[in-house]
Amino acid sequence: MTTDRLSPPPYDPAAAAAAAARFAATAPADVAYAVVESPVGTLVAARTPRGLARLAYEDFDGGVDAVLEELAAHLSPRILEAPARLDPVRRELQEYFEGRRTAFDVPIDWTVVAGFTRRVLRATAAIPFGEVSTYAKVAAGAGSPRGSRATGNALGSNPIPIIVPCHRVLRTGGALGGYTGGVHRKEALLRIEGVLL
Amino acid sequence: MTLPPFQRFLDTHRNDVWRLLVAAVGPDAADDCFQETFLSAMRAYPRLRADSNVRAWVLTIAQRKALDHHRARARRAMPVGALPDAPAPERPERDDGVWARVHELPPKQRAAVLLRFAGDLSHRDVAAALGCSEDAARRSAHEGLKKLRQELIR
Repeated sequence: MTTDRLSPPPYDPAAAAAAAARFAATAPADVAYAVVESPVGTLVAARTPRGLARLAYEDFDGGVDAVLEELAAHLSPRILEAPARLDPVRRELQEYFEGRRTAFDVPIDWTVVAGFTRRVLRATAAIPFGEVSTYAKVAAGAGSPRGSRATGNALGSNPIPIIVPCHRVLRTGGALGGYTGGVHRKEALLRIEGVLL
Repeated sequence: MTLPPFQRFLDTHRNDVWRLLVAAVGPDAADDCFQETFLSAMRAYPRLRADSNVRAWVLTIAQRKALDHHRARARRAMPVGALPDAPAPERPERDDGVWARVHELPPKQRAAVLLRFAGDLSHRDVAAALGCSEDAARRSAHEGLKKLRQELIR
């Protein structure tokens, strides 16, 4: 020990990590998230106390950090990794991908989308498993004459793909149209649902 | 500029907070203080300015939680009344070296030593945390160290 220095005390980094994990699992965060592996790639699932707010394709939305930054900016920075709080979402997704589930029961936090987009997504959520619709029909279902282009944009900003099934919306005439996670994923989901062979 | 997600804040500062708390209250009580520190930090987090010294901020909170812990323990210890014949162990039985003796320092010196050397904050940040002048913070840390050195030699 020199006159004006004292070396920091020893500590166990594993104990610090365990304490941090305990905190994240139990503290009342505004947003809880988990990384979920799926047959269509790694997903980032995030929920508020109201319900599921985001399901992001990790490789398509800039990675986990970018998804969390976006949530921090739009919802709340009080975000914690709490996988257990996403267990129902993880379970329902697994059942869906195993062909044992045709409708999702997890509550959705609709407050994260507003206006026309919300109307489009709610109309989309009503398209049943095994069926498809068109941009024009969804636009009509959303009660808007703004047409299929605006509807396509609204679907493109769907914060909860797979569970809000924007992959079930095709072009009039049967062409697949676009998909935010990449068209290969749209095809994969429609194959699971028996729409594509 | 928006604040980073709180999870990242937790990941960045958990080791520093843990180290300060282990030095301040010991490994057994550190977890409770750790949970309370980050709970308080998370409550206040959205109001934090992104350009502030967040490390000094969270260590200051941790230091206050450690102080609360010591106060609560002192309150619990009071109703005991007359001291039993066997002397209460003044020092932990484990040999943690000098840090085990830090909590026997007077409060101001203890806080200054903890924040400066377990928290690795500058004297200026220590002063801000303790609400005193930079000179006073420097003096408290110095006096605390002097006392610790005397203890060790004895």
